Amino acid sequence: MSPGSGAPLERQAVISGIGQSAVGRRLGRTGLDLTLDACLAAVADAGLTRDDIDGLATYPGMGVGTPGFAGPTTPEVQDALRLRLNWHDGGGEGPGQMRALIAACLAVGAGLARHVLVYRTVTESTAQGAGGRQGIGGDGGGGVPRFSGFLQWTLPFGAVSAVNWIALVAQRRMHEFGLTRAQLAQIALNARRNAADNPSAIYRDPMDMADYLDARMISTPLCLFDCDAPSDGSTALVVSHRDHTPDVPHPVCQVNAVGTALRGRPSWDQFDDMTTMAARDAAASMWERTDLRPEDVDVAQLYDGFSILAMVWLEAMGFCGRGESGPFVEDGMTISRAGSLPINTAGGQLSGGRLHGFGLIHEACVQLRGDGGDRQVVTARGGPPEVAAVSNGGGPIAGSLLLTRGLA
Amino acid sequence: MTGTPGTGGSGSATGGGAVPARGPALRLLPRLEPENEFFWTGGADGRLRFLRCRACRTYVHPPSPRCPDCLSSELAPEVVSGRATVVAHTMNVQEWVPGSGPYLIGLVSIEEDERVRLMTNLVDVAPDDVRTGMAVEVVFDHREDVYLPLFRPATGDRT
Repeated sequence: MSPGSGAPLERQAVISGIGQSAVGRRLGRTGLDLTLDACLAAVADAGLTRDDIDGLATYPGMGVGTPGFAGPTTPEVQDALRLRLNWHDGGGEGPGQMRALIAACLAVGAGLARHVLVYRTVTESTAQGAGGRQGIGGDGGGGVPRFSGFLQWTLPFGAVSAVNWIALVAQRRMHEFGLTRAQLAQIALNARRNAADNPSAIYRDPMDMADYLDARMISTPLCLFDCDAPSDGSTALVVSHRDHTPDVPHPVCQVNAVGTALRGRPSWDQFDDMTTMAARDAAASMWERTDLRPEDVDVAQLYDGFSILAMVWLEAMGFCGRGESGPFVEDGMTISRAGSLPINTAGGQLSGGRLHGFGLIHEACVQLRGDGGDRQVVTARGGPPEVAAVSNGGGPIAGSLLLTRGLA
Repeated sequence: MTGTPGTGGSGSATGGGAVPARGPALRLLPRLEPENEFFWTGGADGRLRFLRCRACRTYVHPPSPRCPDCLSSELAPEVVSGRATVVAHTMNVQEWVPGSGPYLIGLVSIEEDERVRLMTNLVDVAPDDVRTGMAVEVVFDHREDVYLPLFRPATGDRT
């Protein structure tokens, strides 16, 4: 069976293998070192050898962002593994961090490659070392640079971090929807509960509501536990054409649809609705490409670089109505592994570590394959999830993904 | 360096009644370019300016060579009232620069067009008195060759 000619091109693709390096704080290893671990694990997991890999993709590519953010470039990884590539792509502009995965799906659909290795690597913890987390612009040491583009509108006012820009959205949601810190806390508490059952997670000690409410503020109303933690780690995926699905002892993850739209202004501060973000558009475009509906989703891995982003994504994905994510998560049960919509089952980024979107994609595959161990979600039907939704990004950066278990 | 550091720096970490710092201890400044110079230097006479389309009268922000609505290239800076409304606000507490006290960041929309927003510092106001929707007015902070538009509670009642 094959998708009909009217099916979205991305449905020609499956995730046939996944791999992850060590994940931690200040591992002191290079990005390339971690990346090769993840890539080789993913290739082996897919039942392939590196000779089978003919495509390579990453986000965000060369020289982007603060130290430790970008990871190695595709030429570095290609050369380290002496890959013979028919297609390669690295870049930072597109539908979220998963733009690399989406590009890979389209490449296999177009016949440009059969097995694409896709990776995302961060060494932000090691790079930041003992210096603590920096805002954009660093500490101003040495010559003080001046800024153009978007940053000229934020840095002069000390809005030096995405946490400031996103705090404005959180505050606006409190004003418009009555969102409370106790509701926001559920995103962080859920992540911490799930991280306890993920040996790779960075923060696994129990955390309760009092811990959350007592945490120091970063940018009101967001506190320390609303922010993910800079981490070191690499995640790799093998995207294969569905016709070349290897014989491996696990189901593949079928790409059902991707979400790529950005219909509002591409801006943190000039977006038409300051209670939401590009997530709204990306998720809407994903649902336009599939017959699946939000109620079909068994597990969701929602981007939580900041807790409020997961709330925005819950609404953008249609799991609840606009402005309703606070009440939706309030009892803490609905989004738990025993609830009707388990989210961020490996601890998300808040407790699992900031793997910048790809940790969430990895966990979606783990869950669909039934490989979650102590944190495996069992659906009401009695098996592992059949449908997983994943989102990446905040502000004007947004991409989403629907995966299903096994070839569809 | 960027001129006079932000004043103060005391005040409670999460709000309260104390008037916080007017901004970060270190203000990173915009690079002046042909398209943005009018905006960042316009405050020399105490007036806030935005680019505006001569053809369809749309305010264009950030500055761009063409009107995003009618695509006309006939754009010119125009003085606005300096009055605005707080869309959202946050108190930055994290010390990105050692010694920085908490300061208020606001997102405001200008009176002439609510779609045009500025990130700014809310000044001369206690955190507990900041309200979403409150009326504010521009006051400039002169640093080197630029005039940063900050906003304080509007004087006079215009409700």
